[in-house]
Amino acid sequence: MVSNKLVPAALTTVALLLGGCAAFQEKPKKEPPIAINQDPYPSTYVRYPGVPTVIRGATIFDGDGHRLDKGDVLIADGVIKAVEPNLMVPQGAVVIDGTGKYVTPGIIDVHSHLGDYPSPAVESHSDGNEATGPVRPEVWAEHSVWPQDPGFGRALANGGVTTLQILPGSANLFGGRSVVLKNVPARTAQGMKFPGAPYGLKMACGENPKRVYGSKGTMPQTRMGNIALARETWAKAVEYKRKWDKYEKEGGDDIPDRDLAMDTLRGVLEGKILVHNHCYRADEMANMIDMSHEFGYHIAAFHHAVESYKIADILAREGICSAMWADWYGFKMEAYDAIKENIPLVHNAGACAIVHSDDPNGIQRLNQEAAKALADGRRAGINIPDEVAWEWLSRNPARALGILDRTGTLAVGKMADVVLWNGNPFSDYTRPERVWIDGAEMYDANNPKRRPVSDFELGQPGEGDTK
Amino acid sequence: MIRLALAALLLGSAAPAAAETFAIVNATVAKGDGSAPIQGGTVVVRDGRIVAAGDMRMKLPAGTQVIDATGKWVTPGIIAGFSRLGLSEVDLSADGSSDVSADGPFSAAIDVVPSINPLDQTVAVNRASGVTRAIVAPGTGKSIFAGQGAVIDTGADMDPITAARKFQFVELGEAGAANAGGSRSSAFALFRNALREAAQLRRYAPNVQSARSGAPDERDRPVVRDPNESRVYTAQRNQDVLLTRYDAAALVPVLQGRQYLFVHVERARDILNVIDLAREFPSIRLVLVGASEGWTVAQRIAAARVPVIASPVNDLPASFEQLAATQSNVGRMRAAGVNVAVGTIDDNDTRNLFWERQYAANLVALGKIPGATGVSWGEALAMITSKPAEMVGMGGEIGSLAPGRRADVVIWTGDPLEASSAPEAVFIDGVRQPLENHQTRLLQRYRYLPRRDLPEAYRH
Repeated sequence: MVSNKLVPAALTTVALLLGGCAAFQEKPKKEPPIAINQDPYPSTYVRYPGVPTVIRGATIFDGDGHRLDKGDVLIADGVIKAVEPNLMVPQGAVVIDGTGKYVTPGIIDVHSHLGDYPSPAVESHSDGNEATGPVRPEVWAEHSVWPQDPGFGRALANGGVTTLQILPGSANLFGGRSVVLKNVPARTAQGMKFPGAPYGLKMACGENPKRVYGSKGTMPQTRMGNIALARETWAKAVEYKRKWDKYEKEGGDDIPDRDLAMDTLRGVLEGKILVHNHCYRADEMANMIDMSHEFGYHIAAFHHAVESYKIADILAREGICSAMWADWYGFKMEAYDAIKENIPLVHNAGACAIVHSDDPNGIQRLNQEAAKALADGRRAGINIPDEVAWEWLSRNPARALGILDRTGTLAVGKMADVVLWNGNPFSDYTRPERVWIDGAEMYDANNPKRRPVSDFELGQPGEGDTK
Repeated sequence: MIRLALAALLLGSAAPAAAETFAIVNATVAKGDGSAPIQGGTVVVRDGRIVAAGDMRMKLPAGTQVIDATGKWVTPGIIAGFSRLGLSEVDLSADGSSDVSADGPFSAAIDVVPSINPLDQTVAVNRASGVTRAIVAPGTGKSIFAGQGAVIDTGADMDPITAARKFQFVELGEAGAANAGGSRSSAFALFRNALREAAQLRRYAPNVQSARSGAPDERDRPVVRDPNESRVYTAQRNQDVLLTRYDAAALVPVLQGRQYLFVHVERARDILNVIDLAREFPSIRLVLVGASEGWTVAQRIAAARVPVIASPVNDLPASFEQLAATQSNVGRMRAAGVNVAVGTIDDNDTRNLFWERQYAANLVALGKIPGATGVSWGEALAMITSKPAEMVGMGGEIGSLAPGRRADVVIWTGDPLEASSAPEAVFIDGVRQPLENHQTRLLQRYRYLPRRDLPEAYRH
């Protein structure tokens, strides 16, 4: 190995021989690249204390497609310790009789606007769409999230929702970054952030962007305008990524300009930020898939996706999830071909199906929405067992959010995000009885002190009421 | 050929037959009157009316078609308690497909009837989900008055109107304040003034006594059918009028108590203000719509004997007039003695009326939550069948399986309040209805995706 010290000397000699040509002056040492903080608003969430708890003799849907009748679940130290029949109860563990009741992983809503369109739904609270330009990847939903939105508590107590993704709205082609939250009340959005969850990028196709900007006389005014503007943006992002990749590899004084919008898109191109694409129609989803191939990124999930059933084979091949409603239809043209069997048809094609809400009321009944879709599927001859359908509510959304290794099923070692239901959760007569998040009991129907009340609700009529 | 094919699509494979005599046997029968379901029950229908229903044995007339419904449930058809069904095919950015509200010159005079399109897919989708009738209100435009609402059926025919001009709809809460220029005080002043202007035209209407003894058509006849009708056109009116002559005349039946007044308010204080109005105008037949905070003043609503059509699962402080919202609202009002029906107020009211079954089940579910107040199963079903009918004085005609009622009957795969149950047969006025629609046709086309010899467009 030639010592570093010798190299400049040798170069100097050569330079002298060539008559002092400037090209061979001593190569300046490049400045090392400046590292940009990738996590400037970090999660400060810390799980709350729990007690070792055994739920005994319940029917268990583990979220991975399995069912255990009269099974036991042990949670301790914030995680799932065991799911098996006739478990040995550790000393000091709280034992809950689950006879006649059901245990599932907590529901994960992959599409919520709680906090960025909070209650009361007044103009001052309208923080979901930065509709000042169709390309706004620089905005982050977490900076709009009002953690005092009473909707979080409803989703927990009535809906058994333990994790949720808050997305910007769909006015823009690029709506901004989403944030994944633990449904645990906190003083700050950072206090709710799911530690280590990847960011998402909200994209939108179809009617909304063209309506919002078309009415302003600016691009996009058409669906072809949607695609053109999105492609132009991705082309810039590819170039931005190239510059920054080079700089981060080589360093030097020529630091590329920082662009917050492009930072987000670069994160997508690197596979670090997951694309959540609002899209209704089959033909438009196909366009978005081609766009993802053109620029080299993957779409984690199409949201709303009311026509996924028309291209379920393509979605299965591409490994793209569809986040869907059970029975919303016709409220706008791109929802005109919605059918009630969409979710089971997507599942049946081997594609990833998710039940989502996009609604502060619907998020309280996602289990019932799944039950409707399941029944509609069975009537169409698609016989999916209950325990498999539960994947729509926890496993598949966890997958789309990139957190399946930590939550979404009752696998041993995962976060103890667990719901004890007072009956079969695919019945409309069933409600959560208790909800644990990271092993901490955050809701107990029998204990008014285990029910969150947001700051906004204090001193208001009905404070602390069952809602 | 094309025309025939279209007709077949509209009517489905089982085209509505004429009303027949038939009996549904061995079913779990729930009558919709608040009673518990009856195992092994029978429902007998003749000439479009219920003959009998329940646990009984009767000799069926010769030729009666018998439908074995073992393992099935039978109920009256669902009545959407407050809706915009038939007014909108597509709600957003679909020019010409929505007739919900209008910014034209008239308000109270508006009659919702011409806007109702029985061929809307929304009607077909709800029919297939067991909704057989709906109370349909127009939405407000610039005024606090929306106009006159109707009761419709969802039958696959061109005659959807069960009863026209059954009620006048007025906004007196947040929406009313906005339409009145920005305050509730303004809305109430406009309301009082409107009734004053109506009072000046009252003498042109048939008086209540003769109207009540007359034929139904005569009773429901508007005071003025033509805005330029001479007898009212020449009537002496004050100079300081705000309403058009036509609008003022349309409020005469409200003033006379011949037409119900549906008032949308949510806030507890607004509810009490409206109850005070009813004292001021004692002949008005008032129905509260919304009333999310009703539970906080439930005793006073009960004492005033004012019925309520409520959105059952509102539980968010979605606005400053719904701060006390809770799903226990309906149960608590009911427990206080208020007559309550379920509706979908500002909640996908043009299309998702079939959610009312699920909502009703959620009210039952509250019974297992400590501190919450639910309702019994029978009451929950009544709130989406007989109770809405009572809100417009038609409890003797629709909404239950009592003898003599119109035979709107649904055979369900299971418990009808479970949204996972679905209709297997729907009868309206005793006529079996097609359950096919745009959605079921799309399912048939895309049920199997593998490529065939011709494109999907040839699968029909």
